[in-house]
Amino acid sequence: MKYIDEFRNKDLIARLAVLIRMSATRPYSFMEVCGGHTAAIHRFGIPSLLPENIKLISGPGCPVCVTGTDFIDKAISYSRMDNIIIATFGDLMRVPGTSSSLEKEKATGADIRIVFSGLESLEIAKSNPLKKVIFLGIGFETTAPGTAVTMMQAKELDVRNLLLLCAHKVMPPAIETIMREGTDIDGFICPGHVATITGSSIFDFIPDNYNIACVITGFEPADILMSILMLIRQVNSKISKVEIQYSRAVKPDGNILARKHMDCVFEKCSASWRGFGPIPESGLALNKEFEEFDAEKKIPVTVTPLQENELCICGKILRGLYSPADCTLFANICNPNNPLGACMVSAEGTCNSWYRFRL
Amino acid sequence: MCLSIPVRIVSIEGKMAEVSAGGTLFKAGLHMLDGIEEGDYVLLHAGFAIQKISKSDAEETIRLLEEMENSRLNDLP
Amino acid sequence: MAEYISINHGSGGKLTHALINRVFVDSFGLKLPLTDSAILDCKGSSLAYTTDAYVVDPIFFPGGNIGNLAVCGTINDLSVSGAVPAFIAASFIIEEGFPLKDLTLVSESMAREALDAGVKIVTGDTKVVEKGKCDKLFITTSGIGFLRSGLEYLSEARLVKPSDKLIINGPLGNHSIAVLGARNNLSFTTPVTSDCASLNELIRTVMDSCPSVHFMRDLTRGGLAAVLNELTAMTGLGIVISESSVPVDDPVRGLCEMLGFDPLYLANEGKVLMVVGDDDSEKVLEILRAHHLGKQSAIIGEIAPEKNKTVIIQTSVGGKRILDMPSGQQLPRIC
Repeated sequence: MKYIDEFRNKDLIARLAVLIRMSATRPYSFMEVCGGHTAAIHRFGIPSLLPENIKLISGPGCPVCVTGTDFIDKAISYSRMDNIIIATFGDLMRVPGTSSSLEKEKATGADIRIVFSGLESLEIAKSNPLKKVIFLGIGFETTAPGTAVTMMQAKELDVRNLLLLCAHKVMPPAIETIMREGTDIDGFICPGHVATITGSSIFDFIPDNYNIACVITGFEPADILMSILMLIRQVNSKISKVEIQYSRAVKPDGNILARKHMDCVFEKCSASWRGFGPIPESGLALNKEFEEFDAEKKIPVTVTPLQENELCICGKILRGLYSPADCTLFANICNPNNPLGACMVSAEGTCNSWYRFRL
Repeated sequence: MCLSIPVRIVSIEGKMAEVSAGGTLFKAGLHMLDGIEEGDYVLLHAGFAIQKISKSDAEETIRLLEEMENSRLNDLP
Repeated sequence: MAEYISINHGSGGKLTHALINRVFVDSFGLKLPLTDSAILDCKGSSLAYTTDAYVVDPIFFPGGNIGNLAVCGTINDLSVSGAVPAFIAASFIIEEGFPLKDLTLVSESMAREALDAGVKIVTGDTKVVEKGKCDKLFITTSGIGFLRSGLEYLSEARLVKPSDKLIINGPLGNHSIAVLGARNNLSFTTPVTSDCASLNELIRTVMDSCPSVHFMRDLTRGGLAAVLNELTAMTGLGIVISESSVPVDDPVRGLCEMLGFDPLYLANEGKVLMVVGDDDSEKVLEILRAHHLGKQSAIIGEIAPEKNKTVIIQTSVGGKRILDMPSGQQLPRIC
């Protein structure tokens, strides 16, 4: 497949691995902040190609993992009401709420449907005019524009029974929180698909204020290894900057039209991140023009989420301070069939990837 | 969740396109891109095309990779 | 273990195994390891006996329907145990309102499949339930086959040893993707058709020429990954496979990349894994490739000497990682 196979060329990867080995003259710690990178790194067995002195850490880049229990509890409350259809990305089905999950609710008769796009939830709303369809909006800057377009279409076509329960988040404040609380990270493998929308300047504060290397990275194995090499070179030369490795998809200005749609529909708000707590200006909420589509304003619900398991160290894992192997719950009580914490829940979560792929 | 792959535009009708991933066809909203034509490659994410893939930049990346190899090999004693 | 059955208990992976072990094994006095067919000593001869239920949605999909799927599935379960399939029983649970025309089409395709495979459908049962109490049509088939003497070791993998080669007869994932594509789906269309096929003749051709087939299993729910992990559990040995050796058709690959599925976990209905002694592997490959159901056969890996019960996959880019037992289901009601 074009633009995929060239970047999975086995010989190219082998030669890159040799180059990395030759260039890695000291220990390095690199953090990736995108669930897609966590999944790709483990799927292709990239840790097995790197020398011992390069450590890859997974940060808070999985939007499912950082979505709080209260969001799931609210979705479950809605699913238990009459004449409500929940439309959700498949990723959310198994996320544990306080006492249930969307998957469990579906098993007992709730009308919960998996969609691949916000536009599908619009179609469901059009086909079910007597019911309310609540679309669960999660994801970072890669996904939020699609939700924005969906809501704009709903407004234009006067589809008033489509509502949004919004948990979209933006990446930079979470990275800033990690930086401010102190870290040993030498460089960031920056999220390539977020950057297709935002452009590269949102990451400038990292080298400017913290002197840490940044490379905006694609998702194929050659992209990831090339970025690791670029990060090593920045660290070795003691020069920190934001470089774009994923130039075939990331322009310095990003996608201006996509951001325009986001600005039309959303405004920034404080959001709660699992493992971090509330972070100001890190979430997206529907603005006044679109508040008639806001599920929580139209149908208020109250939930009382339980505290997370005391032994769960997902918060520290999401900050790169610990690895899953350091957690007493990992791979025994907490596993993909019974995920206790954020990192085990999603297929892109750190603990989930470790469990399934790690040698 | 950031799952997004390069797909080829097969046909366009208004703001919606039919795109191909290895022969399986998906629908993609073109609301975030201007000037897309049949035969172009775009990144498909959650039912929307979020960026056009630049052929020249893709080739440039491969070229840079090869250059990286050569420059490093030249550093060897 | 959870108090209620969840959809994941039907995935063919870890949860299914846990359910069977917890609820059925002791109650029925079943002997482990569980195999595709039970091998029964019947007054000196060995019989293979198997049963399967089919709940696929939709009923009709590109490349087949619930009926011929049921017949193929039972024939294949018997064949991979080394038995010659002979007789099938079929019972039908039909939802009130199901069109007679469709039931006739299903039945005719079952008859054709059985006839082509040289197998007789000899008995059955029919029940009708009220609307809403079953989804259109469910079929259960049971089958009996005669086991050629001396082949009892096949099901239990007793002769599997390090350096044995792993061979599959073609590309993976087609059945799952064809069924998924046939659902009234808003998001995609695919040209993929199910690989649903009776493998008895293909398997017989190999068994007739080659004495060192040490194990066979068909790759249904849970896919190749489930079978490889079951094999490591049965033998105590490790397995190493090469991702680039596993054939996958482009449209299946494209859909998997887009939706985050792994083809190694997808159900197939016309694919068999054979574990063959190293010396005979090329010969088996040649025999398979000469048959229309095995044109894209490939050696995908081997049994490792380490007693670590782990399946390791060498990725397409030269990395290494574990291929774990599937835990939940990637796709519901594929078989």
